[in-house]
Amino acid sequence: MRILTLAGRRLAASIPTLFLILIGVFLLLQFAPGDTVDAMMAQMGGGDAATARELRKFYGLDLSVPVQLGNYLWRLIRLDLGFSSIYGKPVATVILERLPPTLLLMTASLSFAFFAGLVLGVIAARGVNRWPDTIISTLGLIFYATPSFWFGLMAIVVFSIYLQWLPAGGFEDIGAVRSGLARTWDIAQHLILPTLTLGLIFLAIYLRIMRASMLEVLNLDFVRTARAKGLDETRVVVRHVLRNALLPMVTLIGLQAGTMLGGSVVVESVFSLPGLGRLAYESVVQRDLNTLLGIVFVSALLVIVVNFFTDLLYARLDPRIQAEA
Amino acid sequence: MDAIRRYFRSPAAVVGLVLLLVVIAMAITAGFLYPRDPLALAGRPLQWPFANPRFLLGTDNSGRDIAAQIFYGARISLLIGGVATLIAIVIGVLIGAFAGYYGGWIDNVLMRITEAFQTLPNFVLLLVLVAVFGSTLTTVTIAVGVVSWTAPARLTRAEFMSLRNREFVQAGRTLGMKDIQLILGEILPNALPPVIVYASVVMATAILLESALAFLRLSDPNVASWGNLIGLGRDVLRVQWYVSAIPGIAILLTVLAVSLVGQGLNDALNPRLKSR
Amino acid sequence: MSETGAILTIDNLSVRLPDGADRSHALQGVSLSIAANEILCVVGESGSGKSIMANAIMQLLPRDVEIDGGRVMFEGRDLASATTAEMRKVRGAGIAMIFQEPMTALNPLRNIGDQIGEMFSIHTDLSKAEIKARVLALLADVRIPDPAQAARAYPHELSGGQRQRAMIAMALALDPRLLIADEPTTALDVTTQAQILKLIRELQVRRKTAVLFITHDFGVVAEIADRVVVMQHGAVVEIGDVKDVLNNPQHAYTKQLIAAVPPLTAPAPRELSDDIILSIDNVSKTYRNGGFLGRGARVTHAVRDVSLKLPRGATLGIVGESGSGKSTLARCIVRLIDPDAGSIVLEGKDWAKLSREDVRRETRHIQMVFQDPYASLNPRRKAGDLVAQGPIVHGTPRGKAIADAKELFSMVGLDPSAIGRFPHEFSGGQRQRIGLARALALKPDVLVADEAVSALDVSVQAQVLKMLADLRERLGLSIVFITHDLRVAAQICDLVAVMKDGEVVEHGLAGEVFGNPQHAYTKALLASIPGGDFARGRKVEL
Repeated sequence: MRILTLAGRRLAASIPTLFLILIGVFLLLQFAPGDTVDAMMAQMGGGDAATARELRKFYGLDLSVPVQLGNYLWRLIRLDLGFSSIYGKPVATVILERLPPTLLLMTASLSFAFFAGLVLGVIAARGVNRWPDTIISTLGLIFYATPSFWFGLMAIVVFSIYLQWLPAGGFEDIGAVRSGLARTWDIAQHLILPTLTLGLIFLAIYLRIMRASMLEVLNLDFVRTARAKGLDETRVVVRHVLRNALLPMVTLIGLQAGTMLGGSVVVESVFSLPGLGRLAYESVVQRDLNTLLGIVFVSALLVIVVNFFTDLLYARLDPRIQAEA
Repeated sequence: MDAIRRYFRSPAAVVGLVLLLVVIAMAITAGFLYPRDPLALAGRPLQWPFANPRFLLGTDNSGRDIAAQIFYGARISLLIGGVATLIAIVIGVLIGAFAGYYGGWIDNVLMRITEAFQTLPNFVLLLVLVAVFGSTLTTVTIAVGVVSWTAPARLTRAEFMSLRNREFVQAGRTLGMKDIQLILGEILPNALPPVIVYASVVMATAILLESALAFLRLSDPNVASWGNLIGLGRDVLRVQWYVSAIPGIAILLTVLAVSLVGQGLNDALNPRLKSR
Repeated sequence: MSETGAILTIDNLSVRLPDGADRSHALQGVSLSIAANEILCVVGESGSGKSIMANAIMQLLPRDVEIDGGRVMFEGRDLASATTAEMRKVRGAGIAMIFQEPMTALNPLRNIGDQIGEMFSIHTDLSKAEIKARVLALLADVRIPDPAQAARAYPHELSGGQRQRAMIAMALALDPRLLIADEPTTALDVTTQAQILKLIRELQVRRKTAVLFITHDFGVVAEIADRVVVMQHGAVVEIGDVKDVLNNPQHAYTKQLIAAVPPLTAPAPRELSDDIILSIDNVSKTYRNGGFLGRGARVTHAVRDVSLKLPRGATLGIVGESGSGKSTLARCIVRLIDPDAGSIVLEGKDWAKLSREDVRRETRHIQMVFQDPYASLNPRRKAGDLVAQGPIVHGTPRGKAIADAKELFSMVGLDPSAIGRFPHEFSGGQRQRIGLARALALKPDVLVADEAVSALDVSVQAQVLKMLADLRERLGLSIVFITHDLRVAAQICDLVAVMKDGEVVEHGLAGEVFGNPQHAYTKALLASIPGGDFARGRKVEL
């Protein structure tokens, strides 16, 4: 129960941060050349100044900035994110439609990066400075330096174009209508390359952190005590080192949540996935500032939620945290 | 200095340094080797590398020399990487130093701001900045710097918080030194080395961020950048995949070089006896 | 000691260090033996190789440090050439080890019962229920209050002394024939140390375990040893029965070590001036931690209404264990921390009430020497600059400040030409001298020494204390001397104040407080000094 109150307190402390972000971005967007009405008029194929004025009055865009901000925040509390002129739907609806592919992609990438990074990091640390370590660390460095969008393109060239093993893009086969297990398998196939692409950089990061963390813990006093008790090396690692070494990894999940969301913008563009990331890109290009602001809100919210669960997990693993409450 | 000697003892660090020097050399000699505008039409489009001795790396969809774009692209990557990193480090160190040294409400306020920048995914913020301020080289560079300062700030703050209570800083206070003398003279020289080493990570990220922006056609279209070229090559990926492949390798090698140099610096400046 | 009665025999053991270390070998040709049912103390300062020897016996040496000669005979087998699998059977079951820092020697993420129980699950086939019962029995054996709760607790939830008891319980779980104790009480408070030493002695007698006890403190040797081995620079310089070695040391180094242990008898009291230079009245400092919206905060009264007087030219010792508030008080005196209440009057000015600006100006009158010789000097500044910094800040031109620094160097016994070197080029004792020179550069009236010799080796400690006493005479310094070690206080202090939990429980002339303590805590503190009689009069009646 203490864990919940602790994490809950951190959650509550994030609310002012959320508002800070929204206010900041809102004010920032005021500096943008052109607003929603301009975008709308461009869509409609032009219009005169009078129509523009009417539209502005209708959407409340002729009011002063502080009032607009107040209105926006008031609507936000009721979870009304405004209206997207480009899509002709409320922003909240558009975002909800695009959320599942992104969530799926992020979960898959995170799981892949975390567990593969964990295993490789442990192997590298066990064989430190010998050949398993050298190979794994070098691979890690190369993955880290690889631009994700480029890797995605090259993966498409190899696996979709030459080998024809996997589809080149999209979320699922639009033509065929499948359901149940067949549909799941189809989506899974479409997500393999994007997951690998998005997960690659994070795999490199988790690998490096796990390796460093293992090496640091292996040098701590209680490991010497464990050995002095007569434990064999495998049990020393599994029973004493791993859990301690995992702590920085868990923290990292929270810290990297935002970066992963940002990475999905590019990956979704490369693989034409109908997700939140690509929506952000489209909003920028089409100057749909309402939607962009909505995406900022949802992104920040997602990061805060991930951090909440990370805090819970960390407190569960480390009994010292509760003592400091 | 032993630090320099230690640096050269690591083969990875030396490789990184050599690669980096190659990239710098490319940037410097670009104007000399390829005097014409790299974005001007140079020959028949979509020629394969090594097919035509005039175009060692082939030509792209618009008939422009890929090799020329690679060389000029080095300038852009190093420029954006370097300047954006400088911006990020300066902002980060300033904020981190004051937050870490003074603590209390100053720390609270500055940390809230840092948290705000960290909670918002940095690429999304980058998109917002580009949407608002446009895509010229200057605005993109500044934008990349502005989304990258949070990690150096956290690092500096942590260093300052630990150093502020070190006995030699307390000794400085008992000797009667003013706050600003302590911050600049005693703490900063001891806090900076890890931050400087971290600059390599910031630079690597900055180069990757900018190239991602360029790929999405949101960076400056009037300069020959590697990301632009990859984006261009996407249209002809099926057959002429080399248009995208070659600049990607260039990015990979540059970021690799920067990372290796950073790691080498770290190991040279903080020698740990046994395992790294 | 006959070979046949010996549990462990080390025969001509050598341990090599990696290239680049300051010596080629950590141990050279070390030979000793331990019989059943005796406590063998290995005494030496840092760098003597005593810890390395303990690690070598268990084959727990760090990477790159290797045994390159000799044998370690245990139960008829040479451990130095045993395989890892064979060693694993010996560790914990045949030979057990306890370490210096109980906080870091236990896994912070697993509870005590788990970690002690692991001993059984590795080496025996007992069921979970049986293991649980044995663990509780062990914890009761080491006299931990409430064994059932201790078994469920995590290391950070126990005190330092309790953690060490848990470690002892863990080590003795399988009734090993030999217990190696590597400085197990060094990191503990004096009163806790006394309890743990008593516990080890008691357990040793009851279970007839042989104990190899490593320490740097001859007082501890006098307290519990049966036989003593003295080590220096990786070699054994003297072995013998404790009575013989203490009363009649043969080797020069042994004599030096014994002489360096400060006796507990205070020197003849000096004439004290009537003029009070520093007057501390009703000073209090309270800390509030945590708490959400002002509720549930943890309140610590670090200093409670303390009043003390320091006569001109005298030395006032403030003695206490960790958590007594002595360090907080010291920092309040120099205004590194601002006291919540009370006054600190120096030469007519109330320090406690001065503004930050004024404190900076007046700070030249009261200076501090810090505890840690490694952390108290900025590693990036030259030694001469460090000493000259203070005067330069207060307006002295650089040339003169450096010249004065050279003079100060020779005054504290350092070579004046060394002002161009960096801190890492000096030894611990030399760095403390630099710290002292730095404090003296501003010609203060009062010097506050916060555990200034606690981090030094015993022989170096004695030298620094002697130098401090000399300077006191020459410069007419008034000193506030903070320490946890009563023996050190007895040597150099005219007046002594004993602190516990933020309050002064007893104070007066040193001779009176040590010779005729009134408060129960003072008496307990004095009784806890290891090797009591030895410390008091250097005559051992065991």
